[in-house]
Amino acid sequence: MADKEAPNEGIEDVPQPIVRRRRFSASWIWLVPALAAIVGASLVVRSALEAGPQITISFQSGEGLEAGKTPVKYKSVVIGTVHSLGLSADRNSVLVKVNLHKSAESFATANTRFWVVRPRIGLGGVSGVDTLFSGAFIGADIGDSTEPRRDFIGLENPPSVTHGTPGKSFELHSGDLGSIDVGSPVYYRRIQVGHVTSYQLDPNGKTVSLHVFIDAPSDRFVTQATRFWNASGVDVSLGANGLKLNTESLATVIAGGIGFQDAPGPQDDTPAPVDTNFVLFGDEATAMRPPDGEPSYIRMRFDQSVRGLDIDAPVEFLGIDIGHVVSVNLDYDETTERFPIIVGAVIYPRRLGRAQTKLAAIAAKHGDADSLAQTVGMLVGHGLRAQARNGNLLTGQLYISLDFVPGAPKVAFNPAAKPLEIPTQRGSLSQLQERLDAIVGKLQKVPFDKIGDHLDESLTQLSSTLHHLNTDLLPQLKGSLQGINKTLGSADKALSGDSPLQQNLGLTLEELQRMARSLRVFSDYLSAHPEALIRGRRPDAAPKPESPPGAPRASPASPLPGSGP
Amino acid sequence: MTAPPRADQLGLIGCPVCSLVSRAPNVADAGCSRCGSPLQRRKPASLTRTWALLIAAFMVYIPANILPIMRTESLGDVDDNTILSGVLELWDKDSQGLAVIVFCASIVVPMLKFLALLVLLICVHRRTHWAQLQRAKLYRMIELIGHWSMLDVFVVALLTALVRFNLLSSVEPLPGVIFFGLTVVLTMFASRSFDPRLTWDDEESHG
Repeated sequence: MADKEAPNEGIEDVPQPIVRRRRFSASWIWLVPALAAIVGASLVVRSALEAGPQITISFQSGEGLEAGKTPVKYKSVVIGTVHSLGLSADRNSVLVKVNLHKSAESFATANTRFWVVRPRIGLGGVSGVDTLFSGAFIGADIGDSTEPRRDFIGLENPPSVTHGTPGKSFELHSGDLGSIDVGSPVYYRRIQVGHVTSYQLDPNGKTVSLHVFIDAPSDRFVTQATRFWNASGVDVSLGANGLKLNTESLATVIAGGIGFQDAPGPQDDTPAPVDTNFVLFGDEATAMRPPDGEPSYIRMRFDQSVRGLDIDAPVEFLGIDIGHVVSVNLDYDETTERFPIIVGAVIYPRRLGRAQTKLAAIAAKHGDADSLAQTVGMLVGHGLRAQARNGNLLTGQLYISLDFVPGAPKVAFNPAAKPLEIPTQRGSLSQLQERLDAIVGKLQKVPFDKIGDHLDESLTQLSSTLHHLNTDLLPQLKGSLQGINKTLGSADKALSGDSPLQQNLGLTLEELQRMARSLRVFSDYLSAHPEALIRGRRPDAAPKPESPPGAPRASPASPLPGSGP
Repeated sequence: MTAPPRADQLGLIGCPVCSLVSRAPNVADAGCSRCGSPLQRRKPASLTRTWALLIAAFMVYIPANILPIMRTESLGDVDDNTILSGVLELWDKDSQGLAVIVFCASIVVPMLKFLALLVLLICVHRRTHWAQLQRAKLYRMIELIGHWSMLDVFVVALLTALVRFNLLSSVEPLPGVIFFGLTVVLTMFASRSFDPRLTWDDEESHG
């Protein structure tokens, strides 16, 4: 104010400012940072609220995963993002930290499964093509459990069935996997109704367990009586009807597959419950056969070579396949100093069908506990013998044939032996071989050298005989032939038309004719006048003008047949 | 009184628009009698406004850096980038020059503005005579480079408009860029609301 009270003389005409409308207070400006603070705080609060649990998943490899980028998806919906990647303490696996969204909190529970979705190209199809461009993502599948969990072990392969898919899972057991893989189709009447979800070797290492998932509603066709079989590849069978080629579908030829169907005949058709165990048969024909029942082991001792007898070679009883060979072992017998071959086989008595039930009934009547041993003993008594027979002449494959051999020598049979030992008989081919041997032996005894010498001698004699024939006999033969020729010439002359013989013959024949005529006249006369034989001929009556020309003329000429020339 | 007298000491005030010299008003809300522009000895509540805007700018700067500013999508590959991750990616992809430019425009310049304004404000509060000339130059520099911070925002806006190939690739802005834009705008307001004449006021003057 002091300054304003001391004005210079030059500022008297300086105008006074005008008074303007009053502006609002400057302190309102603090609203701006307050607003910014509110926005910032809301961001913080929201991110805090949105942040779900952080979980750790361990994978074998972090291939395709990127921190801060790779999403975790459930049914193609993002439920979280990979936060960071790290190695486990033992450096064997990759630990992936994932921030789940708040809404996906329920995924942090015990049964949730995680796996990395990468493009997969298999024989059965192609999956995850979208990840070719977008990069891998982590797939998730939630389970039933509500138990919270933060650490997971990621699957190396995507699970083939997501939780909650309608359908049933079943367990199959097989000797080997064949060409089946996870995802291989399962067919019911050649319609794909499911697929293989997993397989693993059983703890004993001898069998394989497969899990298959059959989608609803076809899962109800899996009943207690259902048979599963491996439908991989092509089934080529050469039967009496010709060549037959059978396959489930073109895909199974390459990728493998499983077929199932109910066994023929009246069956228990209640649908099988979840996780029922089934046997996976090698092919459809085996699967559809009636059940084999309990196997029995038998043993046979062969004293001949069993070349061509393989493991799994069939054991046939009167041509019916009742089992197969399981072992072929060489043994040594000190007493005879020979090498017998012990062949072990499995037989299924139930394959004998009606015969088996009847035989079992008979054995039961005898009151014996082990009916099979009793039955076999009886059959051996009737001449049942095992033979290694030739099944295929080209390849020399042998099979075991149980047959009744007529006139087989009696052998001792021990029904208590385990396994049962069935006496053997040399096989047909080896018998044939023996006979051939004998024939060859006899043939060898034939003195071919001597026979040859004799033959040679005879041939020389023959040769000299022929020489004689040529030199002596042939000229004489020539002379004789000329004589014959002459004779024939004269005969020819005698028979010619103008020869005297011919003329004489003509005259004679004429005479004969005349004679025959007079004979006829005579007989006519006689029949008319039989008394003439006694009385002689009567004098002729007056000649009749109408008498036949021949008769009056002939009758006076030759009254008697013998009066001719 | 060796220094030349100031208009204030003579009881005069100049109109910033039409340059008419008037008597210093004794009310707060005076206007030029010729053009009506407000006549103020100093910008009213300059320090308060600057502080408020600076603090607000700093608050928005935090989410601007944390939140992603841009989503690039090419062939299904979704990529969210914050300012810093974008710079790092540019650097990794051998575009060091570009990385430096973006880094300067988006990080160095805003930070520089924060620091410069902070220095100016603190100096005014302490009424120090330290480096008055340099401070004046600093203020002019802030005014000059302030606009260039909008580079990032322009880049995002341009890319969003240009890169629209549906499936092949597309770019879309994310919330971070809004915060970044707010930061730039708020710092510009802050530097505008600062009255550089305060630098030259001595102890007796009032802010």
